[in-house]
Amino acid sequence: MKKKVLTVDDSRTIRNMLLVTLNNAGFETIQAEDGIEGLEVLEECNPDVIVTDINMPRLDGFGFIEGVRRNERYRAVPILVLTTESDAEKKNRARQAGATGWIVKPFDPAKLIDAIERVTA
Amino acid sequence: MDMNEIKEIFFQECEEQLAELESGLLKLNDGDRDPETVNAVFRAVHSIKGGAGAFGLDDLVSFAHVFETTLDCVRSNKLEPSQDVLKVMLKSADILADLVTASRDGGSVEEGRSRGLVKELEALARGELPSGGAAPAEAPKPQPAKAAPAKAAAPAPAAPSDDSGFQPIPFTFEGFGEEEQTLEPSVFEVIFKPRRELYAKGNEAALLLRDLSRVGEMSINCDVDQLPAFDKMDPEAAYFSWTILVKTSKGEQDIRSVFEFAEWDCDLDVKVQESTAEELPMIPVPFDLSALDDEGAEEDNESSDDHSAMESAAAAAVAAAETASNVTRLAASRAEKKESQAAAAAAAAAANANANNSAGQTIRVDLDRVDRLINLVGELVINQAMLSQSVIENDNNGTSSINMGLEELQQLTREIQDSVMAIRAQPVKPVFQRMSRIVREVADMVGKSIRLVTEGENTEVDKTVIDKLAEPLTHMIRNAVDHGIESPEKREAAGKNPEGTVKLTAKHRSGRIVIELVDDGAGINRERVRQKAIDNDLIAADSNLTDEEIDNLIFMPGFSTADKISDISGRGVGMDVVKRSIQALGGRITISSRPGQGSTFTMSLPLTLAVLDGMVVTVAGQTLVVPLTAIVETLQPEASSIHSFGANQRLISIRNSFCPLVDVGRILNFRGTQANPVEGVALLVESEGGGQRALMVDAIQGQRQVVIKSLEANYTHVPGIAAATILGDGRVALILDVDAVVAASRGQSLRQDGVLKSDMSLAATG
Repeated sequence: MKKKVLTVDDSRTIRNMLLVTLNNAGFETIQAEDGIEGLEVLEECNPDVIVTDINMPRLDGFGFIEGVRRNERYRAVPILVLTTESDAEKKNRARQAGATGWIVKPFDPAKLIDAIERVTA
Repeated sequence: MDMNEIKEIFFQECEEQLAELESGLLKLNDGDRDPETVNAVFRAVHSIKGGAGAFGLDDLVSFAHVFETTLDCVRSNKLEPSQDVLKVMLKSADILADLVTASRDGGSVEEGRSRGLVKELEALARGELPSGGAAPAEAPKPQPAKAAPAKAAAPAPAAPSDDSGFQPIPFTFEGFGEEEQTLEPSVFEVIFKPRRELYAKGNEAALLLRDLSRVGEMSINCDVDQLPAFDKMDPEAAYFSWTILVKTSKGEQDIRSVFEFAEWDCDLDVKVQESTAEELPMIPVPFDLSALDDEGAEEDNESSDDHSAMESAAAAAVAAAETASNVTRLAASRAEKKESQAAAAAAAAAANANANNSAGQTIRVDLDRVDRLINLVGELVINQAMLSQSVIENDNNGTSSINMGLEELQQLTREIQDSVMAIRAQPVKPVFQRMSRIVREVADMVGKSIRLVTEGENTEVDKTVIDKLAEPLTHMIRNAVDHGIESPEKREAAGKNPEGTVKLTAKHRSGRIVIELVDDGAGINRERVRQKAIDNDLIAADSNLTDEEIDNLIFMPGFSTADKISDISGRGVGMDVVKRSIQALGGRITISSRPGQGSTFTMSLPLTLAVLDGMVVTVAGQTLVVPLTAIVETLQPEASSIHSFGANQRLISIRNSFCPLVDVGRILNFRGTQANPVEGVALLVESEGGGQRALMVDAIQGQRQVVIKSLEANYTHVPGIAAATILGDGRVALILDVDAVVAASRGQSLRQDGVLKSDMSLAATG
């Protein structure tokens, strides 16, 4: 069975890159455009791993991660944060919110797949 | 989808983000202090940077980065978005747009411009307020010693490195070992004690151990002493710790990087064991890591309470080392789990389909496909009309079922057509947004202070209309800023706000889109316009023109009132070009002006260029279509209401007012003599100047929706004729250009009075 990845990113460009990269690597990909949609989709798609952006409208990545961690059913799903933010403060916040790992843009397919493989069995 | 397509998407998205950026900045400029507005602006730049990074567009990335840093200061309330600050930001937005364009189409952006702005932005981020000229003695505002200014100083974030200890995946297995000089393998002792947060954040000890096993040969000893009795066990707590011996030729850093994601949530101790391998007995790896790879994937799909599952898996794994029978038990429990999973999977699949639906509310379709559809629907409309006609011709005793069926078909065809048209309808917003940049640039160039107000940007109109709207609109905006609005001094002298206002509005009105451009400038200087027209030999010196007629002189070819040809609007293009391009779209443009208070240009355009509702009429044996939108009413003239006026003019009196009668057959040169109005029908039409004209035609055949076929594309432009169509009987009918005909009649009438030398000679080609 394919591993299922939920990606949350407001940029159409990045969404497409994620989709292509993940599909090529044999993952099943479900996509959401912001944190709110991410939480909605989460209930239905039951992902193995989540990849999320930080800067998003409506609900940002921090809020989304906290939302997932509060969810009784999905709180243990590994969450990788994908963002251009590289300063320590933002990383700390994401960690405190419950992020599992971190991938710094610019987007690099190899890095992404590698990180996903590290946090999923 | 390949990278090129994604790049295409990226540039499309950039356009959207740039629009978002600009409208957000303009909102801030208007005093909007909603944090969400600032966030949206920040996100727009951030998104562009993110995408640009992925494509290695370094110029774009570095500029976006500086811009973003400054915006971040605004976002965190370190920088007040004053007018001066926003001026810099708006300029930066323009540069960013230029950089995007340069990245897409090749070419480059003037380096001085972008470098200058980078400096200004960096100064802002440092808390220096902008000043017109030289930089002030630096008096940096006290601000939290955050990373922002430092970041601004080093705008090269293409590959953000990081020294916070939390490295961005420096973790690759490929390449290891081959190139590296083989160090003498050493043995590391790793003591790994997870805390409960490690599991709470979705990390898993077993996976970390698996990764560690890839670094070198290892043996594991699990300390289970902390594990309480079963009834006291907290399923989410971390009870185990591990001592691992790793024999590897790699360094300590490689071992630590395995725990990169987890290091804050565990106690980790890595040290080299000096005397190799003998002190702690090398126990063979006590659990089968390959099990994780194979079955784990499936098991983890059931991610409900994954976390306690992890603990139990780990516990089970450790237990497995002691008793082999436990392994079987674990396998059994897995099998059980799988069964319950099958049902869940089906449900999830269904839910998934739902999720995908809700995610995709819009689709992107190649415009060609839509156009093809529109063409086909056009053919369908014609075909349906032909079918109706032939049924009517062959049907003498009215088989009502066929007629009813035909009516339904007509209805359906109509609905299909409307729906297809709606696909191509787009809001005018992007065009309007482009205008604000033009206002900014031109105002800057001529030293005026002008605000652009837009309204009704979400008004939708066919994409083809939008595409063709930008050029005339740009020209008119330039004109309004350059000629319409006075200089700040003059405005102040006249008791006006020194800041001029240009207002651009769009709205739907009776099946057309009406775009208004209002400026609060000086209005048309009628005396000067008149003089200019006389000087340019456009009118006779003694001609007597109404205000409306004088105002409309600016649309005459070769007319320009600017005393000096300025850089902006004096590019040899006059308002006549604007008028022509609007007319080419089947639209009309009028001006109304009040001295000292400003001018209003009103453009009325069809919502689509593909179909129109027309009245089919007969003129001198020819079938013509008159756009229904132009017609106010139709009437049967009586001899008593026809009055002669001048040599050839005739007026018709309608409810106590007189209206010039225009003989369409004569204007188009279908016949040489004037028709008798009493034998025909008069179509009262609204002309562009606001006045009404009565168009004389011989008879009305009926109303019909017709598909517009361009005459230019298939034949050549014919003055007085807007386009052509194919009627139900298969014949070609010409669509009348009402405004051109009215204008021609006006020119004709004036010419006969010897006043206006019109170049309009429909008769030549008609």
